[in-house]
Formats: sequence, structure tokens, C-alpha cells
Amino acid sequence: MSTRIVILGAGTGGTLAANRLHRELKHAQPDITVVDLDDSHVYQPGLLFMPFGLANSHDIVRPRHRQLHRGITYVQQPIDHVDIEANLVTLEGGRKLPYDVLIVATGAVLAPEETEGLTDAMAIDVAHHFYTLSGAEALESALARFERGRIVVNVVDMPIKCPVAPLEFCFLADWYFHERGIREHVEITYVTPLDGAFTKPVASATLSGLLAEKNIGLITEFNTGSVDGAARHLVGYDGREASFDLAVVIPVHSGAAYVGRSPGLGDELNFVPTDVHTLQSLAKPNVFVIGDATNVPASKAGSVTHFEGEVLVENVQRFIAGESLDASFDGHANCFIETGFDKALLIDFNYETEPLPGHFPSALGLPLLKQSHMNHLGKLMFQWFYWHGLLPGRDIPGLGSGMPSAGKHAAAEHAAEQNKEHVS
Amino acid sequence: MTTTTTTTTIIAGIAVDLNAEGFFEHPDQWTPEIAEELAKAEGIEKMSDKHWQVVKFMRQEYFAKGTGPTVRMLGKTSGVSVKELYELFPKGPAKVAARIAGIPKPKGCI
Repeated sequence: MSTRIVILGAGTGGTLAANRLHRELKHAQPDITVVDLDDSHVYQPGLLFMPFGLANSHDIVRPRHRQLHRGITYVQQPIDHVDIEANLVTLEGGRKLPYDVLIVATGAVLAPEETEGLTDAMAIDVAHHFYTLSGAEALESALARFERGRIVVNVVDMPIKCPVAPLEFCFLADWYFHERGIREHVEITYVTPLDGAFTKPVASATLSGLLAEKNIGLITEFNTGSVDGAARHLVGYDGREASFDLAVVIPVHSGAAYVGRSPGLGDELNFVPTDVHTLQSLAKPNVFVIGDATNVPASKAGSVTHFEGEVLVENVQRFIAGESLDASFDGHANCFIETGFDKALLIDFNYETEPLPGHFPSALGLPLLKQSHMNHLGKLMFQWFYWHGLLPGRDIPGLGSGMPSAGKHAAAEHAAEQNKEHVS
Repeated sequence: MTTTTTTTTIIAGIAVDLNAEGFFEHPDQWTPEIAEELAKAEGIEKMSDKHWQVVKFMRQEYFAKGTGPTVRMLGKTSGVSVKELYELFPKGPAKVAARIAGIPKPKGCI
């Protein structure tokens, strides 16, 4: 009998894992089944552009089943739960899918209900987000109506998908109101629970500088306790308040709800505890995890999922063959940060190395941690690569899954250079 | 700045290694007496039973999982609500409690 591989989720991770396994294991002819609850695959990086009228849902949504190679079975049905002891997935309606290897790729979901007052504020149209199609569309209308006043962009708590997206939103909002000729009437403030604009020191300094340059306010270490939609302010647990006319609040994220209904699979937030280097779950050896569904301390981002794909597929093959696993995933992340006015900067980092300046992937590549038009074009071109390269499971020519160091300035070197600049 | 300097400090009569942000490099160097002293430095005059509940829970989670919990995790699992956690550790429960509990900074924020 051929090996039964069940993949839960047909987003970035599930799709690329299915396609890569289908290709790598074609001689063994495994039985690969992918499950998801709808047939709309959203290119999530595109959501950021929708509120500003720079993308619409037609551009960024394609059928999930069409992204899977022929020979892979697609089942469209919500998941009820997984019985990891019995190696059995039960779908809503009772259908059962037995497996030899399970890959969890169901990503992260928004949990606005965990923040007091947030769902009410969303219902009366004063709080918005851009993390779903409907959310991004509603925010587009709200921004179009906005003539003057205060906008706060708030991250309630980490982890969130694409941790730089809220900052990019601020930069694009600055550009958007400039274009409309009303920037001087709009106050934009970024309100974060972190102690800086970003988690990693060198990038945080650069991004804080950009916020200041664009006259965007920054409130740090703000832990949102509640959102008062009627009074229009955020209230921090420490009693501080941040007033707004329009709030863009990124809700806290959790893993998919069925994870919580599957004994032994997930943690308290429904993310799946996962070995950080092999991507095997800690729950059971025949369960692997990819993308936002894991609890690994890497960014929840498509680039991370892409880099995980290679190690995951290798390890699923090794597991089936009874070999020891490859522990080489290094937490590699690579993000274009849109900074408005047709520019972007690029950051590249992993578990150990924070984003550093230099060039990517080597000395002659794209500039790192520095605004450029090339990076903006890179971000736009990425959408083509997503559908035609990343999801089909192709590698980027000349780029492996590990983080390249060739073009990077070391942190100490960078600090020395900065000091020199200060002196001169 | 990216400093990785470790400093050795004597707290409650014991030499402990702290990183630049004041987190323990070696959680084994911790004692309950150290916790009391560190709490005072954080403005907590006397550790209540609730404080201890959180601090012990932080250590237990660290040794079980390799990282301390985030505030949201604490609120869901420690038996103390997020609101109460902020009353106990007004300067930020996860960070301050982690310092007092003698464990590294929780890896929640990426």
C-alpha cells in the first residue's frame, strides 16, 4: 500500500509541501490528500495594498485546488479534530482520513474577541484591520472617507502574521494622505507592545528613524487592555490611553480552532509545538508542521514558510525511509518592507542573526536595511514568483533555504561604522 | 545596540551572571532570596502569594519548554488573569516576572 500523507491546510505551506512531496516522491506514488475549508487561496502580502486602492481581491485570490499538481487529492471540508494516537483526521460531517504522515499547515487565525471591546469597535466601523479580504476592503472604504483626524495603528500582542506589515501600513498611509493632499490634517501613530519599532535592535533603529522622518508618532511598550469604540481610545493595562478617530488594530492571533479540539496536538494558543530545526512536531513523530501553525520562534511569514519547505519535505522523506532527520532549518526570514513613494527596504535574518545592513544575497545583490526603488520592484515581482515558483515548490535560483551571510555587514562592524558617522 | 555583555553581580550573597537587559544567563544560579531582592529593585516591596505563584509558574514553564511564557500565555495558564498580572507587575508582567524568576527573556516577541 502506498504511504498516505494528509496535509491540513492549502495555504502557502500546505500547497508548497504537497507539490514538493508529489514531485520528490513520484516513484513511490504516495497518496497525498490536502484539506481546507474553502477554495480561495489569498496572496496575503497583497492585503496590505488593498486599503490604499493598490490591489483588489481579483488580483490576489485564486482557487486553492488549482495550485495543487495533478495527482494530489483536494478535499474541501472543515476539520473537526485529529486523533494523533489513532493517526486519524475527522472532518466536519464525520468523514475520516487515516494517515501515515500528517502535515499541519493550517496557519494562524485572528482572535479579536480576546481583546475587550475590539469586536464592538469593529462593528461600529471605528476599528479595522487589513488581515482578511473583508477587513482590508472595509478599511479601504474607511480610509477613503477619512478627511482629517488621528489614526492609530496598533499591534495588540505578538505573534502576528508578517510582523512588519503594520509598520508598512503606517508608511503607506503617510504616502496615501500625501497623494490626497491632506497629510497635514492626519496624525498617524504606531502603537506597539514592543520596546521599539521592531524586535531586533539594528532594524528597530532604522525603522524608528523612518517613522520619525515621515512624521509618524511611535508609542512603545503599550499593552492594549481594551478598545473603547464609543470614546475612541485604546486603553493600556498600565492605564495609558491612545485616542483615535480611526483605529487600525491587529488582533491577537491563534492557531486553528480544530487544533484545540485535538488532544495533545497544540499549545494554549492552538499553535503546534514543533522542533525548531527539523519541523517535526513534539506531539508525535509522524506529525510535521509548516508555516504559521508552528510555535517556532521565527516570523510568521510566507518567506519563512518557503524556506521551511525544503527541510520539511526532506524530513518527511527521511521519516518514511526510517532515516534520522535533517536538523538544518535556521529560522531564515526575508521580508521586503514597503516604505511608500515606490520604495522598499529589505531585511534578511534567522534565529541567531538579526537583520543587518549590506546586500542580499551577496555583495552585488539588493541593498539590505536601506530604502530603494529596486526593493520596491522586488516586492511587486514577488507576487508573480509566489504563484509560479513558490507554490509549485521551485527554489529561487542561487538561493538555498539557509540564511546567506556573504553580503552582510556584521553587527559590530555596523556599530563601528555608525560611531564613525557620529564622530565625523 | 547589540551588546552581549554579561556582568557578574552579587545578589543576596550569591554571584549571578546577568545579561545587558538584566536577565539571568544561568537560571540555576537563582534562589528564592534572590527573587525577593530583585522584586524590591523592581519596586515590589513584598512578594505576595500571587507574585510567587506567577514566578514559580514562569520557572516551571521555562524548564519544561525552554522559554518563559508571554503575558497572554500566562493569562491563559497561570491561574492569574492578565489584568491581575499587570497589577502585580505594573512594568510588564512577562519581562519583570522573568527577571525576578531568574530566567531569560521570554521568546514571545519575534
